[in-house]
Amino acid sequence: MDVLKIATAGSVDDGKSTLIGRILYDTQSLTDDKLEAIERNSKRKGFDYLDFSLATDGLVAEREQGITIDVAHIYFSTQNRSYIIADTPGHEEYTRNMVTGASTSQVAIILVDARKGVIEQTSRHFYINNLLRVKDIVFAVNKMDLVDYSEEKYLALFDEIQALVAKTTYKEQNITCIPVSALQGDNVVAKSSNMTWYSGKTLVEHLEQIQPQDVYEEAQTRFPIQTVIRPKTSEYHDFRGYAGKLYGGDIAVGDEVTILPSGTQSTVKEIFFYDQKFEKAGRGSSLTLTLTNDVNVSRGDMIVKTSEQPKVEKELSATICWMDKKPLRPNTKYSLQHGVNNVLAKIVDVETIEEANFSEEKTAVSQLQLNEIGEIQLKLSKPLFFDSYKKNKYNGGFILIDLQSNTTAGVGFIK
Amino acid sequence: MWTAFLTEQEMTQNVLQTNILESEAIYIFREVVAQFEKPVLLFSGGKDSITLVRLAQKAFFPSKIPFPLLHIDTGHNFPETIAFRDKLVEKLGLELIVRNVQDNIDAGKVTEETGKYASRNMLQTETLLDAIEEFGFDACIGGARRDEEKARAKERIFSVRDDFGQWDEKNQRPEVFDMLNGKINLGQNVRVFPISNWTELDVWSYIEKEQIEIPSIYFAHTRATFLRDGLIWSADDEVVYREEDEKIEERVIRFRTVGDMSCTAAVLSNAYDIASVVQEIRQSTISERGARIDDKRSEAAMEKRKQQGYF
Ligand SMILES: Nc1nc2c(ncn2[C@@H]2O[C@H](COP(=O)(O)OP(=O)(O)O)[C@@H](O)[C@H]2O)c(=O)[nH]1
Repeated sequence: MDVLKIATAGSVDDGKSTLIGRILYDTQSLTDDKLEAIERNSKRKGFDYLDFSLATDGLVAEREQGITIDVAHIYFSTQNRSYIIADTPGHEEYTRNMVTGASTSQVAIILVDARKGVIEQTSRHFYINNLLRVKDIVFAVNKMDLVDYSEEKYLALFDEIQALVAKTTYKEQNITCIPVSALQGDNVVAKSSNMTWYSGKTLVEHLEQIQPQDVYEEAQTRFPIQTVIRPKTSEYHDFRGYAGKLYGGDIAVGDEVTILPSGTQSTVKEIFFYDQKFEKAGRGSSLTLTLTNDVNVSRGDMIVKTSEQPKVEKELSATICWMDKKPLRPNTKYSLQHGVNNVLAKIVDVETIEEANFSEEKTAVSQLQLNEIGEIQLKLSKPLFFDSYKKNKYNGGFILIDLQSNTTAGVGFIK
Repeated sequence: MWTAFLTEQEMTQNVLQTNILESEAIYIFREVVAQFEKPVLLFSGGKDSITLVRLAQKAFFPSKIPFPLLHIDTGHNFPETIAFRDKLVEKLGLELIVRNVQDNIDAGKVTEETGKYASRNMLQTETLLDAIEEFGFDACIGGARRDEEKARAKERIFSVRDDFGQWDEKNQRPEVFDMLNGKINLGQNVRVFPISNWTELDVWSYIEKEQIEIPSIYFAHTRATFLRDGLIWSADDEVVYREEDEKIEERVIRFRTVGDMSCTAAVLSNAYDIASVVQEIRQSTISERGARIDDKRSEAAMEKRKQQGYF
């Protein structure tokens, strides 16, 4: 079975939770006991319909306030494949959670309330998905029941969405627009009889035909080493395996490789997945490699094909999305985690803040607050081997970790 | 193809296909060993922790699993589970640490619940936290999955706990891409969930495909049982409280999850082998935890227990 990872986005009350609940219900993914709980709680709250958002809002605070605070992961499957949905919160102050959800997803469903149209949040969410380079975007125009399932209204909204999409510079994405009513179930799984004017696919039909892919897109091969396996048993006395996950491209026995940062050259001798050997492996797999000669390799080092070298530098400029209550200021130090490698980073400059709405308005600032996006310059204690985020998602992304609290304070995208 | 894990046939080809769930779990295990000094695998004897053991084997082959297993024994486990545990540990040459809830009860540190719905579930937390302190474990690996329960759906893969094992659910670290930040302050430790993104069906399909051995109570068998609240309970053991008017009857049943005998209900089943178990799960209309009385106490039961340090 293949797996498709999806993130939802949209403003509070646009109906994200309801939509997910509806998808679960209409694909028969809700078990009887869960359905009973939803019926019971809907009744208790005095609703005359089923409140599907109860299926996903898992925290007490969320149920009390009726909003979604944190990313919830929801699983369902069709005959065709398994789905993982990251249900992300719509409040602006929870942007960091949206970035979290979108970072592991191939598809984003952005909800638009048919009565309100494209609002600031829509633009912001589309912007963040573009920053993260999420490949497939679906605009679900929700609550069509509240605008009498009007074609005219939908077409006007469609134009607004087209105008928004025209603003992005990330053109390699697939954009789809679908009119739905999450509450009534129109065009979610089944075709709506209320919107016969719409001839396109329903939301789930559309998801079913997306080709699942690695969220880390195809790029040059990068094999960051997590740990070195040295069993030292009699059977495997001299075994030295380099354990890691393969990103970007593929690797084959006999490939000429370079180990970074040392620059040592070697050749791939064996590719193990557990106790089985393979001739070749594609990206996305956790492997153990052995090399033809003994080299000094440790955690954080990276094996690349000799013909495909990344940049190796001690200074970086990056776009950053700030996630900590403590603002990001120049002349502070953080631990920078780049995949499985950690170096010390000094913030040389916080340059500008972006409006996150394609206005291309950049204001010079001296610090970044929680949920703000801006441009920064960094200096590192050791050289990093990286690509630009646009070329290689894995090798162009990093996080900054606060040295006191140890929390993940920001996520960066290398220019 | 972008599949969850490989089929038998794909494993024998020359080119390794992508297997995202399995590779993700292996990646997480390797991060734990690289980032922490004293990791431990919390082993309950259930199918999820047995699956974890297999994935850990894969992550470190040809080395042995480089951390011990910890079992918090409530004293209410199914005897089949305990026998299975001991056999597995011996076969793989693993180190097993057992800590007993009974010891805390005897020492008067905790009081046992009484009555019809009494369970030692809550008491496990105390024993677990004691063991973490005793051994100085900084990472506890567990088999919880996000599809199990609503509060678990919000859990991170590296979930930071304070001294008291508490989960601050409103203040979780963002987890972006597959980067895992295992840096912690003194007194904190991390709960790690390598199969977060697996569903119950994924686990069962994996057990089938890998031909992993599991305790016999997961398969259909005849057992002395009684009915309460529409659920089937084992009447074999005195730890399961039974009222006099609750009549014992033999039924052909199996267990879908393996918790304590006192809070795990059985399901009627004819699934005698793994293939029919997988088939049954596929068709089931009741969730796995539907048969666990501990979650039914209130809508917020799981979240409350988690805040207090329950796994
Ligand atoms: N009429 C109508 N109401 C909807 C629809 N979708 C959601 N709602 C309602 O909008 C409110 C917010 O929905 P919810 O799913 O909680 O939004 P979220 O904050 O985005 O998760 C609830 O009262 C829903 O019942 C829809 O398609 N039509």
